[in-house]
Amino acid sequence: MEFFLITLLNSLSYGLLLFMLSSGLTLIFSMMGVLNFAHASFYMLGAYFAYQTGLVFGFWPALFLAPILVGVVGAITERYGLRKVHKFGHVAELLFTFGLAYVIEEVVHLIWGRAPVDYRIPESLNFTLFTLFNTQYPAYRAFMMLVSVGMLVSLYLVLTKTRIGLIVQASLTHPEMVQALGHNVPRVFMLVFAGGCALAGLAGVLGGNLFITEPGMAFSVGSIVFVVVVVGGMGSLVGAFIASLLIGSIQTFSVGFDYSFIDLMAALGVIIDSNSSWYAGLSITISQTAPVLPYLLMVLMLIVRPRGLMGTRET
Amino acid sequence: MERAFNKSRLILWSSVALLFVLLPFVFPGGFALSILSQLGIAIIFALSYNMLLGQTGLLSFGHAVYFGLGAFVTAHAINFVESGVFGLPISFMPLVGGLAGLVFSLILGFVTTRRPGTPFAMISLGIAEMVAASALMFTTFFGGEGGIVTNRTAGGAVWGISYGPQVQVYYLIAVWCFISMALMFVITRTPLGRIANAVRDNPERTQFVGYNPTRVRWIMMSLAGFFAGIGGALTTINYEIITAESLGLMASGNVVLMAFIGGIGQFWGPIIGAVLVTFLQSFLSNFTQAWLLYFGLLFLLIILFSPGGISSIITIHAPVWRAGVMKRLLPSYMFALWAGFVTLVGIIGVIELLYRGTLVVGVHVAVTWVFAGLLVLVGAFFLRRAIRAVAQVWADLTPELARWS
Repeated sequence: MEFFLITLLNSLSYGLLLFMLSSGLTLIFSMMGVLNFAHASFYMLGAYFAYQTGLVFGFWPALFLAPILVGVVGAITERYGLRKVHKFGHVAELLFTFGLAYVIEEVVHLIWGRAPVDYRIPESLNFTLFTLFNTQYPAYRAFMMLVSVGMLVSLYLVLTKTRIGLIVQASLTHPEMVQALGHNVPRVFMLVFAGGCALAGLAGVLGGNLFITEPGMAFSVGSIVFVVVVVGGMGSLVGAFIASLLIGSIQTFSVGFDYSFIDLMAALGVIIDSNSSWYAGLSITISQTAPVLPYLLMVLMLIVRPRGLMGTRET
Repeated sequence: MERAFNKSRLILWSSVALLFVLLPFVFPGGFALSILSQLGIAIIFALSYNMLLGQTGLLSFGHAVYFGLGAFVTAHAINFVESGVFGLPISFMPLVGGLAGLVFSLILGFVTTRRPGTPFAMISLGIAEMVAASALMFTTFFGGEGGIVTNRTAGGAVWGISYGPQVQVYYLIAVWCFISMALMFVITRTPLGRIANAVRDNPERTQFVGYNPTRVRWIMMSLAGFFAGIGGALTTINYEIITAESLGLMASGNVVLMAFIGGIGQFWGPIIGAVLVTFLQSFLSNFTQAWLLYFGLLFLLIILFSPGGISSIITIHAPVWRAGVMKRLLPSYMFALWAGFVTLVGIIGVIELLYRGTLVVGVHVAVTWVFAGLLVLVGAFFLRRAIRAVAQVWADLTPELARWS
């Protein structure tokens, strides 16, 4: 019970973090048709910017400054990179962001080195919020959830209740019409791209000190975010939300289970000979399979329902 | 349908074969031989990738999976030969790798090719991650961190070829590289290759004509997996060790860079890319830690300014050359080359200073910083003008060229 509740809370906070990443990705995708391969790199930039600005101003200003800086980098990327490649088609756009991911990682190497940087949870949040049975629950995880939920609610409100949100929504489906009504659609695109990147940056600020801030962090989270978007359905925010929580809990729960097929058979009264040739394969525990499970889920989803949970179109 | 090998093509291909034969005589050193062997493998791999991206329009980020799996199966096959389970001359081992690549791409391709376009790219990435993650799980097959070690002299010498000396391995790679190149070229001329182009350009219309785009993609993917597997088998024979890195995302990303830098629009584009990228990797990595950064920047520049890659830069000059007006382009090109060189030196200076200069502080470092920064500014200023000048000359030439053709 204790294990279950704590893991549930952990997977919730991880899932919300994933959603902050995948919501930006899926917004950018549904608007511009561009799959941003460098999205996780912006997540990494967020963590590094927060570390650097945190050294000067402390954590709280960095919480606001770092996402804004990442958003500015995103805006520049869109204005001087993506917009130029747009005329060459989607493959070129995709490859542009792919190359950008390389360059960002190398620039991070260049500036901050290859070793992890010492980006820590701030002292003011480094305490135990409550003790459940025997496990202490850190306040930072709760803070993380709070910021994520707050961010998502405000994103929802901005998209549905404000004039800017209405224009963004209209540009998603009818860019020509919006343009004809006198709005600067390219600028809306740039803002959406910058906003999505800023969201990723915020996720980086929050996740960087909880996990680890190192140059490899973009690659490790990047492909999971893609799995989330495919499973949830390309371009669907609700789908991305469900898939984020689902994959967040699959990853968190599976790491905790140290049982293998052999243990299962033993519980049923069947003892498998350790000399049998299948032993090595069957003795793999669930926690060992943890890195593969999200991808297996994706493959299953593609076979059963290729458009994803909430996806509306086939491609 | 035109014949795949007419007279001029036969001459071209025979000279390629002759080149492959003569290269070890021109560059006999050990380092040169190992580079040449790498080149042969890279060419097979890049061309097989272009069957997907260039011909069928499938942007895959997981092509190294088939390369790597082919390599692992070959490694085990060679070990079986050594322990006497069955006999097969090493010369035919690439077939084993190819078949392994074919089988795996048939299975995985069935899932991935169900959706084209951007979803395909993401799914191929996911599959690649899945295989890379499983590689660390199934240590009996993948050998864990240490990989699988083989012995390419297993089974003894057949027809006097023992694969002890590197030259023999080079010739093995050269022969298989030539066969694969020729086969892949022939495939572009078959009805299947043409339909794959149609699927790339307009899947809906292809469907109306009566072909199943998903099946065409699947077949092309399987064939590409076959050739990638051949490349993987040759890697195993060449290095006698294979690790899970060879099927990871870095390897998959590498082949994307090769194909795209070389150019996906021409059959021979990826060959240029494979040669260039392999050279850059082998030489640049000796000089600087930042070689991946230079690499990424080169890639971004190509996408921004010449999305057809190096091969398209060559092909757009063919009509200019034929019309004999190349000399009108030359002044602006020289200008651009000069400005580009200055900018490049400046950028290299800044990057290298960032990598090393943070360790040492002093007046000479500050001077170098200012100098490098100035070079970038001056170079960029003139480069903008040069690009405008080149565009102007092209704008003048285009109507004339239209008259010529």
